Amino acid sequence: MPPDRVLLLVATRKGAFIIRTDSAREHFAIDGPHFLGHTIHHMRLDPRDGNTILMAARTGHLGPTVFRSHDFGKTWKEAQRPPQFPKAAQGARQRTVDHVFWLTPGHASEPGVWYAGTSPQGLFRSEDGGQTWEGVRGFNDHPLYEKWVGGDQDGTPDGPKTHSILVDPRNPRRMYFGLSGGGVFVSDDQGADWRPMNRGSRADFFPDPLPEYGQDPHCMALHPLKPDRLYQQNHCGIYRLDRPDETWVRIGENMPADVGDIGFPVVLHPRDPDTVWVFPMDGSDVWPRVSPGGKPAVYMSRDAGRRWQRQDRGLPREQAWFTVMRQAFSADALDPVGLYFGTTAGALWASADEGASWRCPVPHLPEIFAVAAETL
Amino acid sequence: MSTGTVEVRLAALLHSYTRGARVVHAPGATLGEVFDALDERYPGIRFRIVDEQDRMRRHVRVFVNGADARDLATPLADGDKLYIVGALSGG
Repeated sequence: MPPDRVLLLVATRKGAFIIRTDSAREHFAIDGPHFLGHTIHHMRLDPRDGNTILMAARTGHLGPTVFRSHDFGKTWKEAQRPPQFPKAAQGARQRTVDHVFWLTPGHASEPGVWYAGTSPQGLFRSEDGGQTWEGVRGFNDHPLYEKWVGGDQDGTPDGPKTHSILVDPRNPRRMYFGLSGGGVFVSDDQGADWRPMNRGSRADFFPDPLPEYGQDPHCMALHPLKPDRLYQQNHCGIYRLDRPDETWVRIGENMPADVGDIGFPVVLHPRDPDTVWVFPMDGSDVWPRVSPGGKPAVYMSRDAGRRWQRQDRGLPREQAWFTVMRQAFSADALDPVGLYFGTTAGALWASADEGASWRCPVPHLPEIFAVAAETL
Repeated sequence: MSTGTVEVRLAALLHSYTRGARVVHAPGATLGEVFDALDERYPGIRFRIVDEQDRMRRHVRVFVNGADARDLATPLADGDKLYIVGALSGG
């Protein structure tokens, strides 16, 4: 039977929600809150077994951890060893994981393998389905780590982050991630070594706007059917990369000038590597990070970023100052593709027609950090 | 140093670990040993309170017989009373 159900894993500042919808994407059944009052940064379903959910959590008081469920959230178990840096030698920098920010299931050939990105920047790997986590030393202890990650001022207001951990579906040894700040990095040996891959992407906040590393890639995605194609929504523009080329092309220059090409998320079509969606925000003067002009809109390109089309039918026409975080925009795998984004004001918006029209089926959640559309 | 048993009074934010118990007892000659003992009995509880560099989490406070304690080497005596609470944090 073809997939006909969608699970929306919604992570908020005050707990987690599991929202179910069907192929019509008309009815949305909310299950939750799970862990009310906990700060949930990310939740993902394991596509390899179809029933394991991992959740990155902390509270205002308590340290960071990972929970996992094998029954779609009926019961949760805490990791035996959550991601954590090793105890520092005397005099060395004492790194502590403030929160787990990003979760990525590993390659299809490696059941049980997961990756986690943390704040401050760290990469962690689990080989037992998220029960125990070890640091990926090839990055966390890389001789250039300190240079790559910079100082505290190089991170987001909520701390510097490792995100967008991507595994090439053809080859589990090829991996990518983004550092905010720090840039995009690639490994060809499953994390044993890393190198920056930022040529062409700008860092307008530095004296040299085209450095080797130090950029702020807000979100990066790799197309599963064309894994040499990557898209990136950066602090300084929207980019595409078609490897083996290693120079990012600024496809955001084709966006309308009065909207610009600043934003947090980037979302891909599951079957068409040329289709991409972004959610522009105002990156002018003091960086309001809200919808430009108070008129929220999704922008879609059907030709890999050469031309962009505004998609705002159903969205408020004025005085709507949305912020959509980098993990809070997601696509399902149905046909036509369903799109979902959550705002920091707690509204979950949905489109059942690839962005042509939008409605808000779940308007009153807490501040939304992440939405992952998982197709069952 | 002999190992005594201390009384540990836990704020509600930790009751999910102790299956609802507000007061538990644990052996230990130092604060660190008590946290180790608690973690053995209630897996995961230590890392929520103490980070990987053995520092108390920023928004957790521990009192020993009413006095603020932040060092895991803090010595404890049999019958001491520990109080673990969430400090101010919110919004």
